[in-house]
Amino acid sequence: MRGVLGFLAPKLLRALVAVWLVTTVVFVVMRLSGDPVPLLLPPDAPTSEMERVRRELGLDRPLPVQYLTFVGNALRGDFGRSIHFREPAWSVVVRYLPATLELGLTSFGLALVVAVPIGMLSAIKRNSPIDQAAMGVALVGQSAPTFFLGIFFILTLSLWAGWFPTSGRGSWQHLMLPAITLGAFSMASIARLTRSAVLDVLRQDFVRTARAKGLPELTVVMKHTFKNAALPVVTITGLHFGTLLGGAVVTETVFAWPGIGRLAIQSIYNRDYPIVQCTVFLSAILFIVLNFAIDLLYGVLDPRVRPR
Amino acid sequence: MASSIPASVPADTLAAEAPAARGGAGARRTRRLVLAGALFVLALVLMAIAAPWLAPQDPLRQTLRGRLGKPTLAAADGKAHLFGTDHLGRDVLSRVIWGARVSLSVGFAAVLVGGLLGAALGIAAGYRGGLVDSAIMTVADAQLAFPLILLAIGIIAVLGPSFPTLVVVIGLSGWVSYARVLRSQVMVLRSREFVDAIQALGGSAARVILRHIVPNLLSSLVVVATLELARAIILEATLSFLGLGIQPPTPSWGVMVQEGREYLDSAWWISTFPGLVLMVTSLAVSRTGDWLRDMLDPTLRGE
Repeated sequence: MRGVLGFLAPKLLRALVAVWLVTTVVFVVMRLSGDPVPLLLPPDAPTSEMERVRRELGLDRPLPVQYLTFVGNALRGDFGRSIHFREPAWSVVVRYLPATLELGLTSFGLALVVAVPIGMLSAIKRNSPIDQAAMGVALVGQSAPTFFLGIFFILTLSLWAGWFPTSGRGSWQHLMLPAITLGAFSMASIARLTRSAVLDVLRQDFVRTARAKGLPELTVVMKHTFKNAALPVVTITGLHFGTLLGGAVVTETVFAWPGIGRLAIQSIYNRDYPIVQCTVFLSAILFIVLNFAIDLLYGVLDPRVRPR
Repeated sequence: MASSIPASVPADTLAAEAPAARGGAGARRTRRLVLAGALFVLALVLMAIAAPWLAPQDPLRQTLRGRLGKPTLAAADGKAHLFGTDHLGRDVLSRVIWGARVSLSVGFAAVLVGGLLGAALGIAAGYRGGLVDSAIMTVADAQLAFPLILLAIGIIAVLGPSFPTLVVVIGLSGWVSYARVLRSQVMVLRSREFVDAIQALGGSAARVILRHIVPNLLSSLVVVATLELARAIILEATLSFLGLGIQPPTPSWGVMVQEGREYLDSAWWISTFPGLVLMVTSLAVSRTGDWLRDMLDPTLRGE
């Protein structure tokens, strides 16, 4: 039991520090602009109304008290009322969350299903035309800006080819282009990483032994190589969850996908700051929790990092 | 552990490229590609500097009668519009050329901000060790554990978009990469004999760091800065695309892609050309960075 705690404690500590930093940054950023009240009210609000809101929000109290109140409220999911939707910011954001999760999980699954076999094939057929083509595409996919990739897909596959709708949510056709756009970066990096991980393992002695004793190549690759190559892939895959969450802002805006990323951008235009704060906070928490889970999974997969 | 991998150094380029780099036709092609990339970056810098003389037309001049003109060598007004004209009749090629200025100036300024902060904190963490080191690295880990674009959006939403805000936000979002790489190198350098010798002779910490440690870090710094430049350019374009970066009518590639979005059906060229130039730029800069890493500092590969 003590061993497990020793393994978990630093990770948990790091996750908690991250949560604290996020909360503090959100607080500081709101105060950076000076008085947040004019931001929260319509520009033509009378002074008496401003005073009332200031008291209501506790802005007349000393800064440390305000900070603690803010942290307390944030941890309870209370970010105030949305100006645009006229209801608590939290319930608005939670309503938009499923669309983002649907998009994120689909693109993540797509990235894995496409990238891992391609990476393995590339490694096995090293320096063949297949390998070079696949890695060339991956290199481009890795440096292509997400927003332009989305625009490019809309232009070529929606408008010119007419295969997919340009925007919105509904059928699986609506889901395809945003999912590919959002997953492109992960797909490219996972394919390249899988290739190099498999190549690394193929150079090991035990693979030579497996081949020397006459095992068919397929068995060598599937049984001896794949499991060993999976570790670095899992690690990087975990990191990509974060990229996906951040990328959702861009992808959802390009494809008018009704998730929290697009909500955040629209709320900025509407000056609806409770919503902005709430989305930033929620995404950060989500990301930190996921990363924590991946860290644990890594410990399960690799006995070497497990406590004795 | 998941978060101990520097975000800017793609771990996947490691062993995979070693065999190809070692001679044969593959190596020659790699070298030629890298050369092409580096030349492209150089051409882009020159283009940004010489934009006023190079651009065939004023990037801001609107010609409402020549709106949404196809790419052509001889338009109705007798001028060539190689990349066509946009919804206000402005020449897209001229705007792409001026856009290089915006892109590169934000990129280089952000790299400077992030590099100075990251290098200072990285050297401090590596040289001092102990509590200073743990504090800096905990913050770095926490920042890595956070989708940066959200942070950028939150800050810019409140402060309002402007050139300095953009540079500071993009710069600050990149300091961790420098800090991590330099910290580990300083830790190694600090335990070398020549540092002991200088300290024994009474050299101050500042002298050791500035005269003897920093020069040893320059090549790593160049590598990280190049990779960060690619990231900064993309982030600038993305934020501008979202309306949180450079504001119209200033020609930025991100703004141009955004402006052309509504006209994709009738005038594909407005978004496509700036987008393609951005894509090639990012590819060229990051490939140059990867190559510099392999040339100057092979030890960074294993990071």
